[in-house]
Amino acid sequence: MTVPAEFEFFVDPNRCIGCQSCVQACSECDTHRGHPMIHLQYVDRPISVQTVPVICMHCDSPTCAEVCPADAIKRTEDGVVQSARKPRCIACNNCVLACPFGVPKMNTEFQLMMKCDMCYDRTSVGMKPMCASVCPSGALWYGTREELERLRPRSRPINTFQFGGQTITTKVNMMVPVDTPAANIDVTAAMNEEAINPTNVLENVFDDEPT
Amino acid sequence: MSNLPKPLDVLQQHYGPHLSRMEGIRLSASVEADSVVKTHCCFCGQQCGIQLKVRDNMVIGFEPWFEFPFNQGMLCPKGVKRYLQGSHPDRLLHALQRDPDSPSGFREMHYEEAIARVAAEIERIQTRYGPDAMSILTGASLTTEKAYLMGKFARVCLKTRYIDYNGRLCMVSAGAGNKKAFGIDRAANPWNDILGAEVIWISGSNIAECSPITTNYVWQAREHGAKIVVVDPRITPIARTCDLFLPVKPGRDVALFNGILNLMIEHDWLDHDFIRDATVGFDEVAAHVREWTPRRTAEVTGIAEKSIRAAAELWGTARTSFLLHARGIEHHSHGVQNVLGAINMVLASGRIGREHCGYATITGQGNGQGGREHGQKAEQLPGMRDVENAEDRAYIAGVWGVDPDSLPHAGVDAYELFRKIDRGEIKGLLSICFNPKVSLPDNHFVTRALEKLEFYVAIDFFLNETAEHADIVLPGSLHEEDEGVVTQVEGRVIKINKAVDPPGEARQDWRIIQDIAAALGRPHGMQFQSPREIFDELRVASKGGIADYSGITYEKIERQYGVFWPCPSDDHPGTPRLFEPGSWNPIAKGAGPFYFPDGRARFNVARYSPPAEDVDADYPVILTTGRVVSQFLSGTQTRRIGPLVDQYPEPRIEMHPRMAERYGIADGDLVTIESRRGSLTLHAQVVTTIRPDTIFVPYHWAGAQSVNQVTISAQDPISKIPEFKVCAVRIRKA
Repeated sequence: MTVPAEFEFFVDPNRCIGCQSCVQACSECDTHRGHPMIHLQYVDRPISVQTVPVICMHCDSPTCAEVCPADAIKRTEDGVVQSARKPRCIACNNCVLACPFGVPKMNTEFQLMMKCDMCYDRTSVGMKPMCASVCPSGALWYGTREELERLRPRSRPINTFQFGGQTITTKVNMMVPVDTPAANIDVTAAMNEEAINPTNVLENVFDDEPT
Repeated sequence: MSNLPKPLDVLQQHYGPHLSRMEGIRLSASVEADSVVKTHCCFCGQQCGIQLKVRDNMVIGFEPWFEFPFNQGMLCPKGVKRYLQGSHPDRLLHALQRDPDSPSGFREMHYEEAIARVAAEIERIQTRYGPDAMSILTGASLTTEKAYLMGKFARVCLKTRYIDYNGRLCMVSAGAGNKKAFGIDRAANPWNDILGAEVIWISGSNIAECSPITTNYVWQAREHGAKIVVVDPRITPIARTCDLFLPVKPGRDVALFNGILNLMIEHDWLDHDFIRDATVGFDEVAAHVREWTPRRTAEVTGIAEKSIRAAAELWGTARTSFLLHARGIEHHSHGVQNVLGAINMVLASGRIGREHCGYATITGQGNGQGGREHGQKAEQLPGMRDVENAEDRAYIAGVWGVDPDSLPHAGVDAYELFRKIDRGEIKGLLSICFNPKVSLPDNHFVTRALEKLEFYVAIDFFLNETAEHADIVLPGSLHEEDEGVVTQVEGRVIKINKAVDPPGEARQDWRIIQDIAAALGRPHGMQFQSPREIFDELRVASKGGIADYSGITYEKIERQYGVFWPCPSDDHPGTPRLFEPGSWNPIAKGAGPFYFPDGRARFNVARYSPPAEDVDADYPVILTTGRVVSQFLSGTQTRRIGPLVDQYPEPRIEMHPRMAERYGIADGDLVTIESRRGSLTLHAQVVTTIRPDTIFVPYHWAGAQSVNQVTISAQDPISKIPEFKVCAVRIRKA
């Protein structure tokens, strides 16, 4: 069984409301029941309620697999990068350190790397992943590109990311504003960009500045 | 005496809250479910469709229900983990009797013995002090069948006028405002009308945390060009990316609405035809808002004048729109005025009763809508009928087979009911689905009142903090242990289906109530064999009323994924959108789409007044309260679900860095909040996403963590809703 090619995953942090529905639902998934694999974090809670969900991006050439000395991480034909295979994983943490998106987690109790496998038990039989099923904001969305384009005219999907000299293409798409000129997201460069209006998001909205 | 039988820590050690987690069969990936039951979430008014997986009379997990049209599989974290409330270590499996000599403070007793004792105490109190000495408090998480039965139980069996419900803390300002303006209390539009609206105006509604599923409707509207205006003292997640954020000073919403209407008039952004043909009262309102110049509006609301002008232009020039509000404008001593101000903006625009032209309050509780329609409110009979209207009394008395004169008259609101307990006018209380010791404001007063009761019986599935005061506790049923209907936020009547049987000696609530009636020797009209039988009587009782359910059946609900009331006949499909031109209703009888004899909507002058307790030199800080996404209401259920508690373990005080600096407070410091009524100490969370003059604390917690120790019991004179959203406090580093 494989994940049908017409179904794709789209992440739009612009929509995220930080409710953690995805995290709670992730722990219900049968391939890693009780262990949520999604990372959902505030970007900088003191100044914003912005949150970002991070799932495995399922790279075309997965760095995690490339650095694995035990050949424990497999990318299946359908493009899903599987979680570490227990008999092979030596819990060396290489993948945890190497993944540019910071996705794999080391479960020290099980001596096993665990990560999002796009709910392979569900997606490989044509169902949606748990997180994208429940997400009430549409920040995590799974379906056909055709339907996405109909539903989201303000954004377009990007699946190429630049990390310094490394270019990574992924199975999972990130939504960006439709008029974004860039063909990819330069993640390393963005980390050094200054935040817009970093300290006072409530500037110019009050009548008489309250004290 | 109904003081606590044991110290709180002893009670908590025995009865919780303890945390349930994914364990045993619930953690196993290989276990197949015996059955999968299509039903709805037990929590908020969105009432998301969900499928519960059942094995061996235990709910072991969930599956999304993609076909249910409102949420299409989506759920918030509460919905995802709701199944962990079942098979819980704190679950009450037997009746309890208060016993200070028992190690836990309570002693188990046989169910029948407990029922006999309850009946004997009710009989004693009513014989000695009169029928009104016994009172009932209920809730809007009950199914509509149960809510209907509770009203009937009060009026026919106990013959007490004193029944009210926890919707008094939730829906009543919107309900009263809607009845004054439209003659009917229901969301005017289905949520699909949000999609396609050009402007979405959200006042006092933390949608992302309190009604998360509505988020996707708002975002989808934006994808197709909608502008989003959010009015809130905090930048909530729905406000983060809005087009216009109006950081209103708590308690000043009506001033903003009046100011917007004034600008609409000044710029002639009005639907003159609609105002002339479909409304009355515009001129008086127009004269009233003239004083609300942009300058004065800015001064009172604290919002920049240019933002007010921009908001008025967005709203005024839109061709389609949807205005949403919630407790943020309703929880005020002038909550009804706030609601009327919002409705005036809608009526002046003429954008109602059409596709993509909508207005609604976002119902808070699971059955916040259905629970406020069929007679568990102090002043109401089934079908949204009026307990003081002779015709309504005669009709319902006929359905119930009693003399109209035997029906008690209107009672009092839930808070006033406690004042009557305090004054000794009410001696006995039966509560179900209500935890007032946590959820009512100024809750030290509520505790003192509880201690004065001669007899208190609580029905619940967990021993909530109020029930800890009870003389007898009867083990009731969880949502998934019974069937019945509820009406969700849009006015869509949906069906809750039973997944498991009540454990131990626990019973379905309607059986418990009928058992009490039987033990009292007053079984008349209280001998239903099933929720379906209750519903069938409710359909008759609601017939011809405003909330007409007579054409709704369980089967029609299943077939149509819910039925929007009014649905006055078997062949009627229901009414998703109210107030459509040419529509018929039983009040206007064809004269117009609104529920008044002339068929016209009412403009109402919405008067501004400051909060009951404004800040001063002694108490210079505004406190506002609300919810977080992972908890629900008084937390009786959600404070017992481990993964939800992990998500936000305890209340924090949100404050702006400028306020923090003034008091020498750093993020994470313990801070004491004091009001004239009480104090509490919590950790600070210093964030720039809140007005610098306001602090925010969520209210879901009990005891020392309860912010309702501090809040004020001032109430709206019309709706009697308490002013949870504003009081004056002072703060200091603890």
